[in-house]
Amino acid sequence: MGVVKGDQMILNIGPQHPSTHGVLRLEVMTDGEIVSEIRPHLGYLHRCFEKHSENVTYEQVIPFTDRCDYLAAMNSNFGYVVAMEELMEIKVPERVDYIRVIMGELNRIASHLLALGVYGLDIGAFTPFLYMLRDRERILDMFEYTCGARLLYNYMWVGGVSHDLPKDFQKICIGFLDYFEPQIEEYNNLLTYNKIFVERTADVGVIPADVAVSYGVTGPNLRGSGVKWDVRKDEPYSIYDRFDFEVPLGDGHFGTLGDCFDRYWVRMLEIKESVKILRQALKDIPGGDVHQMLPKKIRPPKGSVYRRTESPRGDLGYYIMSDGTPTPYRVKMRSPAFTALSVLDEVSRGWMISDVIAILGSLDIVLGEIDR
Amino acid sequence: MTSAEIKAAIESQHPGTIVEREDLADHQVELKRDQWLEMATFLKNDPNLSFDQLECLTGVDTGEEGPLETRYNLHSMEHRHKIEVVISHDRENPKVASIEQLWRIGDWFERETYDMYGIVYEGHRDMRRILCPDDWEGWPLRKDYEGQESYHGIVVPKMKEEDGWE
Repeated sequence: MGVVKGDQMILNIGPQHPSTHGVLRLEVMTDGEIVSEIRPHLGYLHRCFEKHSENVTYEQVIPFTDRCDYLAAMNSNFGYVVAMEELMEIKVPERVDYIRVIMGELNRIASHLLALGVYGLDIGAFTPFLYMLRDRERILDMFEYTCGARLLYNYMWVGGVSHDLPKDFQKICIGFLDYFEPQIEEYNNLLTYNKIFVERTADVGVIPADVAVSYGVTGPNLRGSGVKWDVRKDEPYSIYDRFDFEVPLGDGHFGTLGDCFDRYWVRMLEIKESVKILRQALKDIPGGDVHQMLPKKIRPPKGSVYRRTESPRGDLGYYIMSDGTPTPYRVKMRSPAFTALSVLDEVSRGWMISDVIAILGSLDIVLGEIDR
Repeated sequence: MTSAEIKAAIESQHPGTIVEREDLADHQVELKRDQWLEMATFLKNDPNLSFDQLECLTGVDTGEEGPLETRYNLHSMEHRHKIEVVISHDRENPKVASIEQLWRIGDWFERETYDMYGIVYEGHRDMRRILCPDDWEGWPLRKDYEGQESYHGIVVPKMKEEDGWE
């Protein structure tokens, strides 16, 4: 006689569901309300950006990278151009490095603000989301002022950036930082110390450090588990070795080390560190030309390079292979959100369905980057 | 350790596993395909190497006559060193042992490479396509890939050499 498993059910979350942050389908096997297995189905946004890249020139790949991680397009550009410059062994003018760091860190703040705000929204806190989007909007305004685009910038080019900073950019940016820094305390009062929020996130979805490393989880998710790993510190690229900043780690603030709250909290602390970097960069930025003289068609020497950079979501790696022609032979993007999503199944087992939403939100995934 | 020291460590512990190749850079090493699982276990568990992070897994098609390749970027959180391992595959029947149970991210990375290149990772517990639909035909990132004409009645646009997209 077989056992009738009357409580078992398969629940489909998505493809169109607000808490999947894009077009993602989760096939959730449940026993009553306890999750026993999750099978993510990806590929709804797959455009095969890697195949496209093999048919265009090296510069034309940059707009594609914008559209992968559309919430942190500056950082996507940044990773690609850093990898290209390593492949071609060129150095960019100092001003360009400073501009890139400023843009990268501003975009990190913008991306984290959205991540934190939407996370609150997932769990049922609507108000903080509006406050955070209000401030994110001011960062997007600065981007628009600099390069004309609000989300998809195509700003960083190999060997330079597309436009120099506007003359009064420094003043505007410092004004923004002076306004923004006290706001962080406001977010904390609105969301972080909220009892309901803490109850929903603390002790939920713990990722132990060894599991995180084995699953290739990186960025704030890895640091939330207490592993000190930040590409900006450990494999410095561009000019990140010049700045003085801390790498915030999760410490089991309200619960266990590596729970959803720690991942949330690390992001909040990282915003403060980004502000620190921005203040230093804005103070020290030198003058000069922002367009390194490069031929119209770039022909890197034969060879390959793998370079990773720290995007808001983690280690964003590019594997670029050149055969000496103006089109790339192979471009591979190692997407941090892709690896973060892969851990969902293991972490969610044994939790309730409503906790899965909390865990998924805490991983901060962007589907454009997962599906590429 | 530097790349040369890592290679020396591999050579001294497992002589004869490194394939000599002129065209690889210093940070790359090609290993014999049939010993890959054993070597991967060694690279991960040896206390002097302890590559506990699989950073990236890239498939490469080396051209019409050439073999397919899988490239593993390994990194050690403990020792902060890295190496890139290259495994070559027979074009007609690309197969290699799966390292999915050593580095768990290998699960999705290998599925992605299977999806794009048709390289079969033997021993993988869930070898399905991941980004393309399950019933898609062909291996999109191979250099000789010809897209299918239509998919469930939807015309698949094609790239033309001269005019760009149709």
